[in-house]
Parts: sequence; C-alpha cells; structure tokens
Amino acid sequence: MNKSVFFGALTVAGLAAGASAAATLDDVKARGTLNCGVSTGLVGFAAPDADGEWEGFDVAVCRAVATAVLGDPNAVEFVPTTGKTRFTALASGEIDMLARNTTWTFSRDVDLKFTFVGVNYYDGQGFMIPKALGVSSAKELDGATVCIQTGTTTELNLADYFRVNNISYEPVPIETNAEAQQQYLAGACDVYTTDASGLAATRATFEAPGDHVILPEIISKEPLGPLVRHGDSEWGDVVRWSLNAMVAAEELGVTSANVGEMSMEAGDNPEINRLLGTEGNLGEMLGLDAGWAKMIIENIGNYGEVFEANIGESTPIGLARGLNAQWTEGGLLYAPPFR
Amino acid sequence: MTTISDPPSESFRLSMLLNDTRYRSMTFQFIALILLAGAIGFLGWNLMRNLALLGQDISYEFLGEPSGYDINQKPIEYTSQSTHMRATIIGVLNTLIVAFLGCITATILGVTAGVLRLSKNWIIRKLMMVYVEAFRNVPVLIWILIIFFVMTAALPPPSAFRGDDPDSSMLFGAFAFTNRGIYIPRPIWEAGSGIVVGVFIASVIAVFAYRRYTTKLLYDTGKLLPRGWPSLAILFIPTLLVYFIMGQPISLDLPALRGFNFQGGTQIRGSLIALWFALAIYTGAFIAENVRAGIQAVSHGQTEAAASLGMRPGRIMNLVVLPQALRIVIPPVISQYLNLTKNSSLAIAVGYMDLTGTLGGITLNQTGRAIECILLLMLFYLAISLTISAVMNVYNSRMQLKER
Repeated sequence: MNKSVFFGALTVAGLAAGASAAATLDDVKARGTLNCGVSTGLVGFAAPDADGEWEGFDVAVCRAVATAVLGDPNAVEFVPTTGKTRFTALASGEIDMLARNTTWTFSRDVDLKFTFVGVNYYDGQGFMIPKALGVSSAKELDGATVCIQTGTTTELNLADYFRVNNISYEPVPIETNAEAQQQYLAGACDVYTTDASGLAATRATFEAPGDHVILPEIISKEPLGPLVRHGDSEWGDVVRWSLNAMVAAEELGVTSANVGEMSMEAGDNPEINRLLGTEGNLGEMLGLDAGWAKMIIENIGNYGEVFEANIGESTPIGLARGLNAQWTEGGLLYAPPFR
Repeated sequence: MTTISDPPSESFRLSMLLNDTRYRSMTFQFIALILLAGAIGFLGWNLMRNLALLGQDISYEFLGEPSGYDINQKPIEYTSQSTHMRATIIGVLNTLIVAFLGCITATILGVTAGVLRLSKNWIIRKLMMVYVEAFRNVPVLIWILIIFFVMTAALPPPSAFRGDDPDSSMLFGAFAFTNRGIYIPRPIWEAGSGIVVGVFIASVIAVFAYRRYTTKLLYDTGKLLPRGWPSLAILFIPTLLVYFIMGQPISLDLPALRGFNFQGGTQIRGSLIALWFALAIYTGAFIAENVRAGIQAVSHGQTEAAASLGMRPGRIMNLVVLPQALRIVIPPVISQYLNLTKNSSLAIAVGYMDLTGTLGGITLNQTGRAIECILLLMLFYLAISLTISAVMNVYNSRMQLKER
C-alpha cells in the first residue's frame, strides 16, 4: 500500500517537474517563496532554534538565494529532507534547491542529473570514539562496531577504507543523526563515523564533549555544496553566483557592517563596484536587481561572517577554517572574478 | 385448433446493451474496465515521458555492479565487492528469517493468549485482555523502537565485561547479553559429526514409531506400556553413545570478549531481536483474537458432550475444542502471517538489513534508481506473500473438514 502511494506520488510529482523544468527563477518569483531542502536537524548547519526559526550554515545559503531573488531573507520555505528523500524531493520539483551537506560526486552530478553549483564546505569523513577506549588511530579499529548514517556516501567510504587496510568491522546502519547519537552514547557502537564537521556538531551537543575524540584520519574528500536540477542553467547561475558573492565579498573585505557605506557610490575597486551593483549590469544579466549581492551581504553577511556565526571557533561546534579559508590564506575558497 | 409456434427469436440490437438488463451490467463493467486500463496506461505513459524529459531511463544494469557497502547480518557469503543483486538476495533472506521466526513466535503467543482469554480465572482473563488491547492498538513501529531502545539502554555494552572486576559477566560462561545483541555458543561440526546427527534423526523417528506402537497395542489389546521414560531413553542414549564412540566430533565455539566486541559464537543482533519480538507480540495479539473467535465458534454442545463423557476441562480443550477451533482459525491467521511479513519492512527503523534496507535503502540511494528499485521491491514482496499464501492455503485445504 505505502509503496503504491509513493509510486503514484512520484508519478504526479514527475508531471509537476516536467512542467516546471524550464523556469525555476520565474516560478520562485511568482510564488514569492523559495522552497529550499535542508537536513532534518544538524546543529550549526541546519536546525530550528528555540523559536522554530531555521538557522545554520546551509540555511544561510538558502536565505542568501531568497534575498537575491526576492529581496527577503525570510521568504524561504524550509523542507527538511533525510539522506534518502533529498534527491527525490529535488528531482520531483518539490524543492527548488538543496542545501543539505550533500557531497558532490560524479554519479550524483552526471547520472542523477543534478548540477552542483559550487562548494560551501570542504569536508572529509572522520571517526569519533570515546576517549576511554584508548584508540589513537583509525587503523586500530579492527573488529569495532561502527554506527553509520545510511543512504550517504559515508557507507561506501567506510567499506573501502576498511577493505584497503584489511581490517574488519561491523556496520550498524542508522536512519538519522539523532538516533546515531543515542546508539553511540549507549555504547551500542564503538565508533560513529560521518563528515568531520557533522561529528564536531554532534559532539557539541553531548553532555561531556571532552570524553570523545575525533580521530586524526580523514578518509575521504567530501566537497559539500548546494545543488539544483539539470536543465535550468539560469536558475543554476543564480544559486552559483549567490554563493560566489558571499565568498568574493569576504575576499574583497566587504562585510555586513561596511556594505551599506561601500554601496552608496562607486568606489576605487571596480570589482567591488561590479559586485555591489554600483557599476556594470551583472544583476540584470542574472535577471535580478542590481543590488542583489549587496542585499545578500547586508542581510546574511559574507562567507567568513556566516562561518564564524554558525560553526566557527567561537561557537560550540568550534570548527577551524582549515581548507575553508580563502585561497589568499591557504584555503580552497576561490570565487571566480565578478566581471 | 391452432398451432403454437415458437415466439420469433428476437435479434440483437445495439440499444439492448443499455436497455436490456441481461447486457446492461456487462456494458458498464466493460466501460469501467476500459477507464481503469486507460488511467493506469496514462500514469505509466506519464512516468515514462517525464523520465525521458529528465533524461533518465528504466534500466536494471546496476544489479550486476559491485554494491560497495557492507551488511552486518549475512546469511550467505557477501563482501562490499559483491553485486547489488547479491545484496538484494541477502535482504530477501533476512526478511524471510525475521518473518519465519516472527510467525512461529506469534502463533505460540497468540494461541496461548487466545485460550487464556477465555479462562475462568478472572486475573488471567483480564491480563490477557490487557495484553491484546495494549499491543493491538499501538502501531508496531513504536513497539519495534521501544524494544530496541530499551535493549540498548538496559543491557550493558561489551566494555562492561572487560577488566578484572567487570560490571557484567557472562551467563554460564557461554551466553553474553549485551546491547549489541545476544552472543550464544555455536556448534563446530568436525569429521564424523554427520553420523551423530544421523543417529539423532533416527532416534527421533524411533520415538514416533515407539509411541505409535504403544497406541496400537493399547487399542488392540488394552495393554498400556509406559511412554515417558522409554521415549527419553530412545531419544538420547544412542546419540550420546555414538557421540563418545566417535570421539566427541561436535564441540562448542564459545563467545569471548576480544578487542572491541565478543568474538566467536553466534551473534543474534539487537536489531533482529527487537524486530522479531515486536512483530511477534504485535501479531500475536491479533492471532489471540482470531483464536478466541475460533473457540467461541465451536458449538458449546461439544464441550457439554465431552464433559458428559467424563473428560477433564484441560482434555476437553486440547482434544475436542481446539482441534475444531484451529481449523476455523487457519484462514484469518494466514492473513496475519502476511501482515507480519509485510510489517517486517519497518526493519530499517532499527537498522536491520532486510529487503527494504538493502534494495529499497542503500542500493536505491547509491544508484539513484528509485523507480527500478521500488518496482523490484514490490515484486519481491508480492512473490514472498503469494508463496506464504499458497503454502498456507494448501495446508488449510488439507485441514478442512472432509465432507463426503
């Protein structure tokens, strides 16, 4: 029964997707809200706060796009998706974009027909283990019971890592992060593995975070970023350059504090002028207002500000910038030029 | 004199399809059939067209590719390099395992609770009523989660067994109850163990033969031979003799804490236990009601007739009422078995790798072939359900009262 309902829904949703494949930008403008897929709750990346307002690093990307397109950071309908439902939700048109720490892989890009518009967090899969077990390297995990969130790339990385190192393990597949946390804390698994950022976020919610260590091995590359459906490049451009605007703003020293002043009139730096719309017509090319990027930075902040506010070292999650620093500071963030 | 000829046979006219009651129902049924086929055809066409628009097609080639993920409970050989097809088969086997265990346990629970619900003892009767009502009226998913979480929280982790003065210890040094599951000893079969097993099977057959012989002797001559201790003797003495003569070819592999986990023995995982118990207890409550209905459907005259022959209440239930009641109960119980099997697809809630967990879960996710996987999933469940249904229907028709 459930299956047939799902199948029917898939068909109906497929019809809707077929009709709206072309002009997502127009649809979003006409609707007045952006439907953005986020995770079901990962503190720091996407989780509702005490008032039910969604906040987090991925949420900021949704809000940035909503600001650019609709001029209102709150014009977002957040759709919580699990690791399993996210791609169906996007492919069927239920959501306009997905910002849910999703790893950019070849098959997702090519075979599942999605377009990854960029990377907002460079991550890698790590292991968390109680200090009491006295393990200092992932190579010592022979025979361990490992909790994994099912339906993610972590399952495949884990199988590969243990096979290559010729050590055995017992996988315990878990549906959500909250359940995994409960199982891990009860000792039903020795190790919890997911993206290192997710581990840090999970550990931050523990009663005694100091009793758990994240092992030094990072066993995979996990470039996480927002994605859209294939076949609507205009919409893909809007999301891509909304993200790039935040990255470029940090590089150019534009912050939410000084953007008002800098956008009053054209300054000395032509790239800042083009970004903030005081020179050229970049906004018009995207089909947006001239001040689209200015509004993003004003309302959301630049990449560095969003990082510090949600997952930076001053927050309980306490992630260092590491690979996610600007290219000028030895990181991988590199926004193409605004010209 | 007039000759009466047959009335002229009316020729068929098109308007009769609507006006003649002989044809009208068929007309409407035919129209409904065409509409239904059209609706299904439209949905199928719509699906294919939209898949084509998205640039996707229906293809089952992924089944032959390496799956890339590991499964914890594998009844047959499997590694992450095996194909998706093999992972699917593991899923089918795991589904069958939990369905088989669940059906047997549910039947035992259900028959017991159903009989006790009609007990003359007030406390037992009410207790069984509470059991039936509580379990029947709470969704089975919640029972699965409760049992799983209680097990995880109440039982000690393997690390509690470590150290010189551990918090927990193994039962008889052979059974370990942990929150990852229960570890039990596993027999190791060495050369010559086949003979021991063969002798044991022969002993079981001999016990039946002996009991049949005593019955026959009783009916023929009225002489009653003892049955209890000779049965036990036939069952165990030859097997034990052969076991020692062959040099103890069967030994036990005891679980022991090594590294992170218990190694050796057989592990019955917490997820299997939670799923098995929850399904059995939940379906058992339904079967109890079926059994009660079956017992009440047996005419009270049967009980009275048996009582007037001087039979004790226990024997009346076992020899007169239950055999007739269970015959009535078989058809509804078949549908409970089917329900249990289908409910086992909730396994993923506790991470049990059944068919929905492998084919409908990880394989679907990693390949992104949602429609193919769901179709195949439906096909497998349909096949499993129809098989159970067919087997049980054969059993049912053999148990039915032969009316000649």
